[in-house]
Amino acid sequence: MGLLSDPNRRRALISLLTRLNSPICVVCYMAGVAWFMGLAFEPFTLRTYMSENAMGSTMVEERFPAGERALTTGREFSAHKKKAGGMPVDWLVKTMQARGLEVFTQRFSRKLPFPDENKERYMVKGTNVYGILRAPRAPRTEALVLSAPCTPGDSNNQAVGLLLGLAQYFRNQIYWAKDIIFLVNEHDLIGMQAWLEGYHHTNTTGMDWSPLQGRGGSIQAALSLELSSDVITSMDLVLEGLNGQLPNLDLANLFYAFCQKIGVLCTIQGKLQRNDWDSVSGYSHSVQTMMLMVMKQASGRPWGDHGLFLRYHIEAASIKGINSFRQYKTDVTTIGRLLEGMYRKLNNLLERLHQSYFFYLMPSLSHFVSIGYYMPAFGLLAVILLLRALDLWVQLVSSPGVLSVLTPLVISHLTGVALYTLPIQFQEMAVEQFPVSETEAVVLTAIGYNVFLFIYIGWRVLKLVAVLYLAVLLGCTALINFSLGFILALTLVPVAAFVTPHVPKVLSAFILVILSPACTLLFSVFFFQELQELPVSFQEGWLLYLSVISQGILDHFLYGSLVYPLIALLVYPCWLLFWNILFWK
Amino acid sequence: CATGINMQAAHWLAPRMTRQCGNDFQEELVIRPLHSGDIYASFQFRTVWETDFMRGNKVSHYRLFPKSLGQVISKFSVRELHISFTQGYWRTMQWGQPFQPSPPGAELWVWFQDSVTDVDGTWKELTNVLSGIFCASLNFIDSTNTVQPSASFKPLGIGNETDHRFLRYATLPREIVCTENLTPWKKLLPCGSKAGLAVLLKSEKLFHSSFHSQAVHIRPVCQDWQCKTTSWELRQTLNVVFDLHNSAQGKREWSLFKMFSRTLTEACPLASSSKIYIDITDNPQGEQFEVSPATPLLSQAVVLGDRRTFSVYDLTQQITFGTVRSLNLLIRWKSSEGDMLRPLLHAERYVAGYGLQTGEIHTLMYNNHPYRSFPVLLLDSVPWYLRLYIHTLTVTSKGKDNKPSYIHYQPSKDRLRPHLLEMLVQLPPNSVTEVTVQFERALLKWTEYTPDPNHGFYVGSSVISSLVPSIVAMDTNSTRERPLFSSFFPCKEESSYFVRVYTEPLLVNLPTPDFSMPYNVICLTCTVVAVGYGSLYNLLTRSFQIEEPSPGLAKRIANIIRKMRGVPPL
Repeated sequence: MGLLSDPNRRRALISLLTRLNSPICVVCYMAGVAWFMGLAFEPFTLRTYMSENAMGSTMVEERFPAGERALTTGREFSAHKKKAGGMPVDWLVKTMQARGLEVFTQRFSRKLPFPDENKERYMVKGTNVYGILRAPRAPRTEALVLSAPCTPGDSNNQAVGLLLGLAQYFRNQIYWAKDIIFLVNEHDLIGMQAWLEGYHHTNTTGMDWSPLQGRGGSIQAALSLELSSDVITSMDLVLEGLNGQLPNLDLANLFYAFCQKIGVLCTIQGKLQRNDWDSVSGYSHSVQTMMLMVMKQASGRPWGDHGLFLRYHIEAASIKGINSFRQYKTDVTTIGRLLEGMYRKLNNLLERLHQSYFFYLMPSLSHFVSIGYYMPAFGLLAVILLLRALDLWVQLVSSPGVLSVLTPLVISHLTGVALYTLPIQFQEMAVEQFPVSETEAVVLTAIGYNVFLFIYIGWRVLKLVAVLYLAVLLGCTALINFSLGFILALTLVPVAAFVTPHVPKVLSAFILVILSPACTLLFSVFFFQELQELPVSFQEGWLLYLSVISQGILDHFLYGSLVYPLIALLVYPCWLLFWNILFWK
Repeated sequence: CATGINMQAAHWLAPRMTRQCGNDFQEELVIRPLHSGDIYASFQFRTVWETDFMRGNKVSHYRLFPKSLGQVISKFSVRELHISFTQGYWRTMQWGQPFQPSPPGAELWVWFQDSVTDVDGTWKELTNVLSGIFCASLNFIDSTNTVQPSASFKPLGIGNETDHRFLRYATLPREIVCTENLTPWKKLLPCGSKAGLAVLLKSEKLFHSSFHSQAVHIRPVCQDWQCKTTSWELRQTLNVVFDLHNSAQGKREWSLFKMFSRTLTEACPLASSSKIYIDITDNPQGEQFEVSPATPLLSQAVVLGDRRTFSVYDLTQQITFGTVRSLNLLIRWKSSEGDMLRPLLHAERYVAGYGLQTGEIHTLMYNNHPYRSFPVLLLDSVPWYLRLYIHTLTVTSKGKDNKPSYIHYQPSKDRLRPHLLEMLVQLPPNSVTEVTVQFERALLKWTEYTPDPNHGFYVGSSVISSLVPSIVAMDTNSTRERPLFSSFFPCKEESSYFVRVYTEPLLVNLPTPDFSMPYNVICLTCTVVAVGYGSLYNLLTRSFQIEEPSPGLAKRIANIIRKMRGVPPL
């Protein structure tokens, strides 16, 4: 700071920064990307470790014996599901009661803002069934949740069977200190949303549900189980929840520790762990795993039924059984033992999970990158915006009238509001007039707004405001959802840095469109498919892109995801401001 | 009349001896097989002593009445004392109403005599003494969790004084009850755990159950029907519910040995009566369960508004123990478990909302009576760190606003006293009444957090006291054998009965700082304040000018000379 109090030195420093502005920006950008790519390199990351003492040293024995019986129950469930053509409510109630649980049901209904083509639903009506295992001598203040979705078709029957088998086994044990809620939810996330809103008596999304009759106090942790075959080869852990929220890292550690103990292959993002970090393929493997997590987190949608718990400060994860063509198979008894062990340790918790990290990225299940390591990558990108702002400030000779930039700001934001509201308003009309499917109608109305604004003020003032605006916007986004903030920064920062009215128009316009939020999403879709080793053709990719957009809008209206309003109301107007600067006259 | 020799004699002679010396001890055990297949055992030990602790009367000679409690009564001028320790929550929906309701954790309520001047001081001392007697953390009762309910807790003994200045009520929902509380409780019994029903109280079995509650009630009662003199009654109760699934290994069969790992061989020699009751109301022809050995003795009583039939085993009779000289009652279920019950009154409570700023407490009260409405008194005592927004208080039943006819609200004072809310609400028939009130979570000072702040903070149970219309009175078209002339007007004392229902306690998370990194926080804030803020402030407020370098010495001297000469300086 002494440097800045000396006018001569200050002048020198500023002139250095303005003279070398572009090279410094380029270096920062390179460094940011390089830093980010370095995060997946194993020597730079930390090994995961159990922070919570209550779950660490205490020994538990897993004795769950009844895997075969659970499978039989699963088959029975499947038969009753077929007969009932949906959730076999009566059968489930009776079965849970026979296992000594207090059983309750909840009905819910929801009309979607527009038909969901992926899951083919519009008017959703369903029933959740849950049974509470009351812990002996516990005052109903704490609970754990184990849920399994009741999905149409043949999937997930084994999960429900195992859930019921575990309920029966758990009921005969004396050591429970927390109530355990066994929940079978219909219509996956919609049912889960209804149940959670009913449990906490909130209504954030305008769903209709009948009030719950039985509760178990404050829920400490939840696991959602998905299992579709009698034997599996590996268990996959899903952490990404609504708005990119993640559960406490200790929950992932717990899963990993028990997989190691029991000898179950475990994966994250569907990727096995590899030991050859020093080879190129090993490094690229962990980059892929981490990038998958970044993409999923950036999407802001819940990637499993657990995703909605996180809003209520309940640590939750989904566990999926995967049956691929490996030799090594695991039976249901082993999965039951895995879950038993996890629940016994969660039962031992004295406090909520809070010791470990809430902000992290995982390049593999045994390594993680904490917020302190990944934030500099974003910081290096964000500092470019500040440097450009400084440069512009110095170039401004007279003090600018800030009011003069109000008009473009307001107009671009109004476009944003239109983008936010009109897709839902107009999709019905579009469907009536054109023979396009609903999804495409939604998306096309959303994209049809590339407005050219020409307002006559000094472009430098406008750019200064736009650059600072973008910096604040990205900074806030990265604090809440690092992945989203980083991906947006990766594409928008170069735009913000180079756009002036004096660059070649056509080429710049092309680059601007390529780096717009919409195209970023398109590339992300292809990239995501590539990472999952399911490459798609352009045609399929385009359809996927449209469905991703409509899913994003649905997520917003059904579960309160914030990505769609963020992009429509803030990021898109910001990008429009840069478009304005380019076409300055 | 009592001497040491008589005490010895009491062991050998007939127990009725004790009665004549103004001391009386009775013990009984009620066993009720529950719908769910679980079993409920309720012990009651009652000691009555014809003496007077009132008005500073010095009492120094003790026989059956425990001296430790007698001294507490006279020292602190206690008129009535009720203390309960409970581990678990009574499941009304599965088990029906308990004989003695109690909230999870510890509950203490005391009426002091009107001669006490400093009630708060006496209360503080009393809780500390009781804490020692019962080996419990009652010393954590202070002004922040003590309230003076105006209507919910009336004296249960004789006396007309109902000025609630002399009442103190406190609960510790977090108190954990275990063997160290059971042992001092057993020591208060005249026979200890050596003889009588108390031999069944083995802690390893009592704490292998779904519910455990023990209590001590002391109150003055009438000595005879004219009520000219008072006696003091000490009632020790212990309620326990054994779980079908984890105690009986799923076999639907219960015996005294299976429940308590003991059988009975004798009554307490000091007891004037010693009985076991088995509730066989739901089982008149033995189609539900089978009890062996059978007993010819039957007894009927109206319990909690319902006429119940009991098989009675009198332990003072040798014939009860049979030829093996040991009584091991066996109950064998024949039918499978039933559905959930619909008790006439039950309640539940939960915290709604998410986030750590605000929340909403919901209390639901169910009236399952088909056609009668009845009033209930709701008592809520909420700690100060949940700041109730009392203007958001709503009471709704059947979707309509239900205006309470009486509200007593005492706002909290930070770190001094809790909120107290008492309401008299009429519950319409067959309805759910919902009481909601919003609250804000306070930020505590960093030393005020408990050692495990992320566990959450407890809010004690709400207390719902009510006179519930009884099932007997409901039974207008009686199928029982009753004379017609007796059944037209519902009998007064049977028409309604007193019930107290406790809701579950709440566990609420408060905004909690990350205690694991105070060092980082201190370093960071100090650096930011000292370096960052200081210099930035300096930069922003100071204006910079270029200063002329000061002239050299020779030049200054030259200038002075020039000034004296009247020539302009260099």
